[in-house]
Amino acid sequence: MTSLTHRRGWGFWLQLGFTLLVCALLTVPMAMSMLAGLTANYFVGLKSGLTLHWVEEVWRVYAGTILLSLQIAVACLAVTLVVGVPAAYALARRPGRLARLVEELLMMPVAIPGLATALALIVTYGAVGDLRSSWLFILVGHVLFTLPFMVRAVLAVMLSVDLTTLEEGAASLGAGFIRRFRTIVLPNARSGILAGSLMVLTLSVGEFNLTWLLHTPLTKTLPVGLADSYASLRIEIGSAYTLVFFLMIVPSLILLQGLARHGRPSA
Amino acid sequence: MSACVQHGPGDLPRSAASPRAGRRRMGEPLRLAALLAPAAILFAAFFLLPLVRLIAIGAGGPQGWAAYLTTLADPGHLDSLASTLALSAGVTAVTLAVSTVAGLFLVRHRFPGHALLVALLTFPLAFPGVVIGFMVIMLAGRQGLIGTVTQALTGGKLVFAYSMAGLFLGYVYFSIPRVILTVMAAAEKLDPRLEEAARSLGASPWRVVADVILPALKPALISAGALCFATSMGAFGTAFTLATRINVLPMTIYTEFTLQANIAAAAALSVLLGLITWAALAVARSVAGTSVAAAG
Amino acid sequence: MAVRPLESARMTDRFHLDAVPIRLDGCGKTFPGGARALEPLDLTIRGGETIVFLGPSGCGKTTTLRIIAGLESPDPGGRVLFGDEDVTDLPIERRNVGMVFQSYALFPNMTVAENVAYGLKVRRVGRAERGRRVEEMLDLMHLGEFAGRRIDQLSGGQRQRVALARALVVRPRVLLLDEPLTALDAKLRDSLRLEIDRLLRELGITAVYVTHDQGEAMALGDRIVVMAKGRVAQVGTPREIYYQPADGFVADFIGTMNRVGGTVRDGVLRIGRGSLPWSGPDGPVELLTRPEDIALASGEADAHLDGRIAAAVFLGDRTRLVVEPADGPPLTVDTAGRSDLGRGDRVSLRVDPARLLAVP
Repeated sequence: MTSLTHRRGWGFWLQLGFTLLVCALLTVPMAMSMLAGLTANYFVGLKSGLTLHWVEEVWRVYAGTILLSLQIAVACLAVTLVVGVPAAYALARRPGRLARLVEELLMMPVAIPGLATALALIVTYGAVGDLRSSWLFILVGHVLFTLPFMVRAVLAVMLSVDLTTLEEGAASLGAGFIRRFRTIVLPNARSGILAGSLMVLTLSVGEFNLTWLLHTPLTKTLPVGLADSYASLRIEIGSAYTLVFFLMIVPSLILLQGLARHGRPSA
Repeated sequence: MSACVQHGPGDLPRSAASPRAGRRRMGEPLRLAALLAPAAILFAAFFLLPLVRLIAIGAGGPQGWAAYLTTLADPGHLDSLASTLALSAGVTAVTLAVSTVAGLFLVRHRFPGHALLVALLTFPLAFPGVVIGFMVIMLAGRQGLIGTVTQALTGGKLVFAYSMAGLFLGYVYFSIPRVILTVMAAAEKLDPRLEEAARSLGASPWRVVADVILPALKPALISAGALCFATSMGAFGTAFTLATRINVLPMTIYTEFTLQANIAAAAALSVLLGLITWAALAVARSVAGTSVAAAG
Repeated sequence: MAVRPLESARMTDRFHLDAVPIRLDGCGKTFPGGARALEPLDLTIRGGETIVFLGPSGCGKTTTLRIIAGLESPDPGGRVLFGDEDVTDLPIERRNVGMVFQSYALFPNMTVAENVAYGLKVRRVGRAERGRRVEEMLDLMHLGEFAGRRIDQLSGGQRQRVALARALVVRPRVLLLDEPLTALDAKLRDSLRLEIDRLLRELGITAVYVTHDQGEAMALGDRIVVMAKGRVAQVGTPREIYYQPADGFVADFIGTMNRVGGTVRDGVLRIGRGSLPWSGPDGPVELLTRPEDIALASGEADAHLDGRIAAAVFLGDRTRLVVEPADGPPLTVDTAGRSDLGRGDRVSLRVDPARLLAVP
């Protein structure tokens, strides 16, 4: 659409101004909170000096939540890979009404509010053994919520590369199923698997809706800790904690944006 | 699809009468079913079964299924439902308008810093609701930017973070990146020849937007709007961060469950909420056929 | 699409359009990043003329069309004139042109009639007149029964006729066609080409037609502009382009051409073991000739060259032979369709010296 770019009237500048304003709405609070986390006294302002004191304080109080969140995210990624990639493959090879229905069902945990899913899990499994007080309980919730993203991302790529023809080609050369899956299916779905994995990690680390109801005082994740700190502590600690959270998800967000620019596997 | 792709060179030609070919033809569906099974089992055990249980619990009291109606008819609940619906509709309208203008602008113009602007605008895509809530506090809270600016300008401090207005801002904040991405993806797929054709017939740039571009974006806008609506209906983290007194359905459910220990009412309201968001997203999916997700 | 000439001639009278000449003055195009899509070009298109830009992809023909349309601006210094009016700075929406796109570019959110009416609506033509003109145009294009259809209910040929109707109904000063037949299958392409040809002549409109298909160019163009690598290689009538190609590129791009290399001495051109009379300066020379200008010789005395048939392709109305002389590159020769010659046969050839071209 180069056609409209060679004449920049007032309309262009008006829209640019508006877009910049929206961008400011999104980014200014992010910048403010990062700065607040590094300011000695936010009420006084920047002249009170920059410090890493609050970040250290966050680490002292909340290191456990950060580590638990990472642990859950990695476990969640492992489960969604093992379960989600084969499921996506099955759906990709059988596009039809049944596959659509299965797909629709698998997406439901994303469509239903996390609060409802968490309530349902508690009333069903809350009294089963020690599950309620285990981090595995939170893992179950995270897997339910993130699995659709993995399946979607992988499925989108698998559908776009015409897997059936590739596989028939490999089979005509004598490759059995295991070999085909390993040497044809997985490599060709790589970008989708990568995008799905990043999405799963990011969402798991940030998940709150389910986690707030599923957690116990012994299984606090990062977002639970965040809510805690926002409610009860000084704004500098909340900000420093948010800063830590940003640092954890920024790499995967940047990678995701890079992936999206190359070929856009929908996630 | 043929199940015979793994035929070796010595295999007999495919024939329906051959038992061997018949077995092979069964092979692939079975294998696909086996690959789908772990996901299906996980889903059935940890989602479908609990959901059914939740629905049953909503009707578990002495009133049975009528409890759903009673719970709904409760003035407090009705009020909460109405305000949540209004909030979500407002958020959807504002987000769609803002994101369509910005998204179209970004697709139709290239300028230095374009890529950075797109990156910044879509950055908060995966922020959890609690963090969104904190961003609202940064903007409109007691020590927020808007308060500071208004105090300097007028002497009065404008603070609205801890109310429905703050929640509104938070949901718009949350939804803008996703809707901008949807608008941009759809606008990039538009055939530029359509726009050129309209212009060759004398249409002004604004007319082109109204007659060609917006109609072509309609499915994407409906889909993104439904997603935005569903997210706003079901989100919990932002409201929880801003104030527990904000009267939206997720907060009501949470209060019923934890403070009143009224599990049946919480279950009934959750089922209702789930139905609403699921229906909204079903609309989105049927219109656009794209991936939809209500996070937050 | 059987056209009833009498009826359509009467109807096109009412649509007869002003024939506006177009002038391009030093119109070049350099894209951001420095790629030169078009070297500065001077060209006058006469009023009512159909001019065809012909060339391989990337030759600059579409860029030229888009500069005339107003979808691209020429590099500074270039000017586009419609008649006496300098339209260089007018965007397309104010040039009053009609444009037909390769991909049709019909608005999917509108019916056939709404598509055709769109330009009139933009021009604020009253409802009654709008309806009348749309109906007339649809009738002219034999689309009357499809007025209420959605675009996705039409075939490719119907879509292209809707696109033509939509472009013509606003009575444009110039009709611009960007590879309008490329997306269609061969048979449809032929019949639509005839229809477009008839329409352009009856309407008397100035038309600019871009294509990579030399058959289309020959059939439709009053004049053809052959382009290559951003430059004009030749401008001329189809006959001029075919029989007097300006250079080797044009000669090779249009039709089939034989290259005959040899040495001239004393008014005789020697090609391997053969020879023929040729008046030109002494020395080595390369000459071109069309397959239809080489004939089978009736006897040894008559022959200039001889060789062995490497391939014989029966094309119905003629048989195309590829003849390999004892030395030198193979020659393509057209003979009568009813020929018994086949691969391996020896033949003697006679070249019409008057049809030999020396091309730079």
